[in-house]
Amino acid sequence: MSTPGQDAKFFTRGKIEEFRTELQAAEAKDKKFVKRKTVLKKIVANITMGNDMSLLFTDVVQCLGTPLLEIKKMVYLFLVSYGRSKPDQIHLVIPNFLQDCNDRNPLIRALAIRTMSYIPIPVVTDALGDTLRHCLKDRDPYVRKTAAICVAKLYTADPRKAEKGGFVELLRGLLQDSNATVVSNAVAALTEIGDRQDGVMFKVNLSIAHRLLAALGESSEWGQIYILDSLLRYVPESHSDADLLAERIIVQLQHANSAVVLTTIKALLYFMNYMDDRKRIDYICKKMGPPLVTLLSSGPEVQYVALRNILLIIQRRPTVLKNDVKVFFCKYNDPIYVKLAKLEIMYRLARAENAKEVLAELQEYASEVDIDFVRKAVRSIGRLAIKVEAAADDCIQALLDLIDTGVTYVVQEAIIVIKDIFRRYPGKYEGIIPTLCEHLDVLDEPEARAAMIWILGQFADRIENADDLLDALLDNFLDESVEVQLSLLTAAVKLFIYKSKSETTKALVHKVLKWATEEVDNPDLRDRGFMYWRLLALNPAVAGEIVLAEKPPITTDSDRMDRGALDQLLLHTGTLGSIYHKNPETFIRNAVGRALVDSPALNPHSRAVLVHLAQPQLPTTVRVAGPGPVEPTTDQQHNPETPIPPPPATTSKPEPELPKSTSSPTEDDEAGDDGDDHAPPQAKSNDPYANLGGAFGGYVTDEPRPMGSGRNGDIDDLLF
Amino acid sequence: MISAFFIFSQKGEVLISRLYRTDFKRSIADVFRIQVISNSDVRSPIITLGSTSFFHVRINNLYVVAVTKNNANAALIFEYCYRFINICKSYFGKIDEESIKNNFVLIYELIDETIDFGYPQNSEIDTLKTYITTESITSAAIAPEESSKITSQATGATSWRRGDVKYKKNEAFVDVIETVNLSMSAKGTVLRADVDGHIQMRAYLSGTPECKFGLNDKLVIDKNERGISDAVELDDCRFHQCVRLDEFDATRTISFIPPDGEFELMRYRSTSNIKLPLRIIPTVTEIGTTQVSYAVTIKTNFNNKLSATNVVLRIPTPLNTTAVDCKVGSGKAKYVPGENVVVWKVPRIQGGQECTLSATAELTSTTHRQVWARPPIDVDFQVLMFTASGLIVRFLKVFEKSNYHSIKWVRYLTKASGSYQIRF
Repeated sequence: MSTPGQDAKFFTRGKIEEFRTELQAAEAKDKKFVKRKTVLKKIVANITMGNDMSLLFTDVVQCLGTPLLEIKKMVYLFLVSYGRSKPDQIHLVIPNFLQDCNDRNPLIRALAIRTMSYIPIPVVTDALGDTLRHCLKDRDPYVRKTAAICVAKLYTADPRKAEKGGFVELLRGLLQDSNATVVSNAVAALTEIGDRQDGVMFKVNLSIAHRLLAALGESSEWGQIYILDSLLRYVPESHSDADLLAERIIVQLQHANSAVVLTTIKALLYFMNYMDDRKRIDYICKKMGPPLVTLLSSGPEVQYVALRNILLIIQRRPTVLKNDVKVFFCKYNDPIYVKLAKLEIMYRLARAENAKEVLAELQEYASEVDIDFVRKAVRSIGRLAIKVEAAADDCIQALLDLIDTGVTYVVQEAIIVIKDIFRRYPGKYEGIIPTLCEHLDVLDEPEARAAMIWILGQFADRIENADDLLDALLDNFLDESVEVQLSLLTAAVKLFIYKSKSETTKALVHKVLKWATEEVDNPDLRDRGFMYWRLLALNPAVAGEIVLAEKPPITTDSDRMDRGALDQLLLHTGTLGSIYHKNPETFIRNAVGRALVDSPALNPHSRAVLVHLAQPQLPTTVRVAGPGPVEPTTDQQHNPETPIPPPPATTSKPEPELPKSTSSPTEDDEAGDDGDDHAPPQAKSNDPYANLGGAFGGYVTDEPRPMGSGRNGDIDDLLF
Repeated sequence: MISAFFIFSQKGEVLISRLYRTDFKRSIADVFRIQVISNSDVRSPIITLGSTSFFHVRINNLYVVAVTKNNANAALIFEYCYRFINICKSYFGKIDEESIKNNFVLIYELIDETIDFGYPQNSEIDTLKTYITTESITSAAIAPEESSKITSQATGATSWRRGDVKYKKNEAFVDVIETVNLSMSAKGTVLRADVDGHIQMRAYLSGTPECKFGLNDKLVIDKNERGISDAVELDDCRFHQCVRLDEFDATRTISFIPPDGEFELMRYRSTSNIKLPLRIIPTVTEIGTTQVSYAVTIKTNFNNKLSATNVVLRIPTPLNTTAVDCKVGSGKAKYVPGENVVVWKVPRIQGGQECTLSATAELTSTTHRQVWARPPIDVDFQVLMFTASGLIVRFLKVFEKSNYHSIKWVRYLTKASGSYQIRF
């Protein structure tokens, strides 16, 4: 570091023996410690490259005697890397550590405890105890703020030791510190401890909340995030408490750091659950919109985080961004992950008034290069037709134009959505069926084939040569995927019911039934085959009524997440859970779930859909009395012995629900509605066809998601 | 929180590796290398495998990577990565493989200071520079009093500024820089036009100056409550840590004690009444399957005392283009086969002028005729002393207890880079 920017030469693999000799040589005639510095740099470079340097332990710690800060820092770095693996030698450096812990210079004191607490073995933590206790009361705020984090490290290394040593109370005491940085680090450490399944709970009461808010203004941007985040541990008992806290933090929406903005939004959304003043809620929603949009001028990574969160927020609070669809139009050079996330939001914000613009954009995207993006754009056109009736004609025309291009994946995607459009608007667009039939040959994907076959069967009465077409599709029946086989079977039966007089259809249905029941191993297919066969044999007229029964209308309600699940997910705004739209405990081992906590102030609608976390059997924490808030004894604690059961499926993947009889999907997104005025969602439908309405099942599977399963997958273990 | 922090070169070499927690071994770096660096189709800046998540930001062929094992605050992690990049730029003038390798020991010091146990800590560059330096320091050499000054600054309410700054000449430079985003349809209608503005300040002011800053702005909370006024409507603004947000909320004045030197005072966004500096009028005709003809006109839309500089148009050509014949009135145009574009550069266009390009692309016949996606024409330019939003600085006042006189300079720049797009 003496002359900046000359160290690249140290990035070469070195031998332990050479370094040892060089270090020994450096003990003599080492003017200004240049030699030692050079060797140490070589060693640090080798640690970086992943070469094991731990054999040099005794040689390196010899350098601690050197009065050069730079050398000290490199030795400390070495100790952080290898100290843990040298429990029998680490005592050599403890005197040096302790000496530094009492240095007159606060930077040195802080450096010493910071480094010591990075070595989580008993010899070191034992020695750290008393020193850390002093440092938590050091006169210098820099030492105290470092000591606060050290408590979290100590707790991770040995929770019981930290509790017995009274460190958690000392940490609570720091919440009253006069220095904002100390307060915010204490909050971070208490949060870390409180988020452990075996940790001491961290709850915030009103007076603590006010103290934390007082520190907010003077905290660093990171400190503000820790404090804002901790406000979700406070449960407002009255509407006015929620109002007041929201008012105190709302100015943080103007902060330059996007994480401050998103965490503020998280806290505001949380407090809104405990408010009852509609005007105030509307006002806060309006205040949140612009800062959210501004996040889109950050780097693409932050844009992505913002977009995935916006997608959740607008489902719960549509007023936040209802007039802003244009800002989500994709730029040609947006990274693909940004484009895909924008596409989903564009669809959500589409209404009759802006459908034309949205459609024009989607058409533009459908001619881009990225196949995944193009397919989603095409599918979105279809979803738009289903969502906004006024735009359906234009969307159908757009889809026909796309089919006309003959690009295979575009055609297939279009046919998949057109099937759903037929169901949404019965009797309106069947005229285009002949056009679709022209493209039968290019359909090589199961989902598209199945969709087209469904269309053939369902409208066999309007398609003159339906029997020929279906017969041709049957050629490879036994080689098709189950999805296609099932739809072929049903289509053949429908065809027969429409044209039971025809000998060809009779032969055709007979052929399929025979295959399905005799040649196929799949039990679902066989069972369905037998069922149809018996139906047709017993009473063809009733069979017709059953097979061609009127279907429930398709709506886009199903792709709106249910309110309770949303309330819960929004408690994770800005975090990984909000990216994947999953509660963290479902994909991260040992993650603690969150749920809204009931209180007299909780909005009745939120209460009606409240998702409860699994209740623990027994509290396992050691209770400590401290200057902090008094803690209730039981609730919310997780017994480490009992794993939290996975939450209901609704939290990870919205299940389709019966359309609400009172409101059509378009009205649902209308102005002013943020869900608060609606009755809680009705119970899940028993109608087996309701699942067919989940036309966008495939869409959901394209969503970003963690790879592998954290709870029971083996991937975790592969990472070691 | 962050468990590990890495920097990788483009080839996957580990340049910096710091494990903050014991829940990972260094070999976790190999997982990232396999999953991201050697994967040609990375479709997310966040990869989650089991309980482990990798966050990465790419900069100049480097990967800046944070790894976590919990439900980390994703926005915080990316903001930290951006900050780290800025710290490096400020310390080393640039960030690339060479500068990282050349300063790796210093970088370890910096990341140890700015992240503790995975929690980002004070990362104000001005403060960091007071105690993490490229000079050799002996432990004894730092007087404890000096250190106390440093520590109280690093943890204080104005952690971004030292108290003992002195200048002979007190000056403040304000740059209002606006980036125009435009998306225009083939029919010439504006699909989207907005401005991302930021106000960059270079403050060379002694002592602890109290600044007040005023703009001709008007924040619109509810678009339906629009009043009549000549003020510029800002949809939103965000401020540097130093600006007192509660005061802005109450009185709309921007008041602050600035960091020493250069910093970004605020960012804003405007979507109404955007003045587009350049209008591009393209006529592109496909002649049969073997030729495409282009006629592209640039018209200026500002007064003739001003001029647009460094104007670069990137005009896409079909993938099967063999050659392009270009004729331009001013500037230079060249076909770049590797990128399938004609690049037309015009160094300067005075206000009121216009330029045209006409070109013909020759195509080879292809066996399968795929429709040409027609990516938009992309325009880059700069116009000095012009703001597309109409924003101007009304005043900048500096109060300091020694009551010195200070000189203030204001410049305006409107530019586009990569987001001024015209479809055809």
